[in-house]
Amino acid sequence: MRYITVFILSLIFWLLLTFKLTVPNIIVGAVASLICSLIFTRFFISNVYKLLQPHRYFWFIIYLVVFIWECIKANLDVAYRVLHPAMPIRPGIVKVKTTLKSDLAKTLLANSITMTPGTITVDIIDDYLYIHWIYVRSEDPEVYTGLITGAFEKYIKRIIE
Amino acid sequence: MNNMISLIFITIGILFNLLGCIGIIRLPDTYNRLQAATKCVTLGCCSILFGVFFHFGISNAGIKALIAIPILFLGSTVAAHALIRGTYHFGIKLGEKSVKDDYKDAVQ
Repeated sequence: MRYITVFILSLIFWLLLTFKLTVPNIIVGAVASLICSLIFTRFFISNVYKLLQPHRYFWFIIYLVVFIWECIKANLDVAYRVLHPAMPIRPGIVKVKTTLKSDLAKTLLANSITMTPGTITVDIIDDYLYIHWIYVRSEDPEVYTGLITGAFEKYIKRIIE
Repeated sequence: MNNMISLIFITIGILFNLLGCIGIIRLPDTYNRLQAATKCVTLGCCSILFGVFFHFGISNAGIKALIAIPILFLGSTVAAHALIRGTYHFGIKLGEKSVKDDYKDAVQ
């Protein structure tokens, strides 16, 4: 079942990318998707039936809106720090605990953090994320955990777990 | 009308790219430069691609521009993570202004 899902998804991706509905194109795409699904299925999510649950897509759209808003804020924030003559930066690497369990959820959280105000994920070791922050707002672990992961963790938990 | 929207998006994109470039020159160390390189430049490129989508509409080039946005997002975040982790393991110190380094204990 996982193989079929990966095959269908990569075939749709191929058709969107080439944007041509002719028979030779579909045959080439099918062969390429078959090779992809044979090699890459082991990295795909283990329970594909989660893809059929509509409420996950609903939370995904809400997450996307929150994410784009945070992304725009991040850009303006970094742009302000760059253009300010005194350059108000206070960089450092902080350690943040996450409650998410699965690998895919952690990856999504790390990617979202990389896109939010002045933070880049350096590494993930077990349940801890190491994050480089351009302006360390607080020294208290609980406060900065809330500042960094608070906006995303609850949505990601609803989307994936 | 579509032309107007696409022009606005492309202008915003070029502006953010310019800010990212200024950041790469002005900020003091590698870690902070990566911040400017990922954030400003990614939103800049996404904005330009969105402008391209509005210019061409739903056609061959427009759909390709729209597909490129999520790929660029995932690609640039993973690249930034790989670069910053590689920099740390290579042994480059954090800049003088840094106030905190929790990662030091984890590496050893």
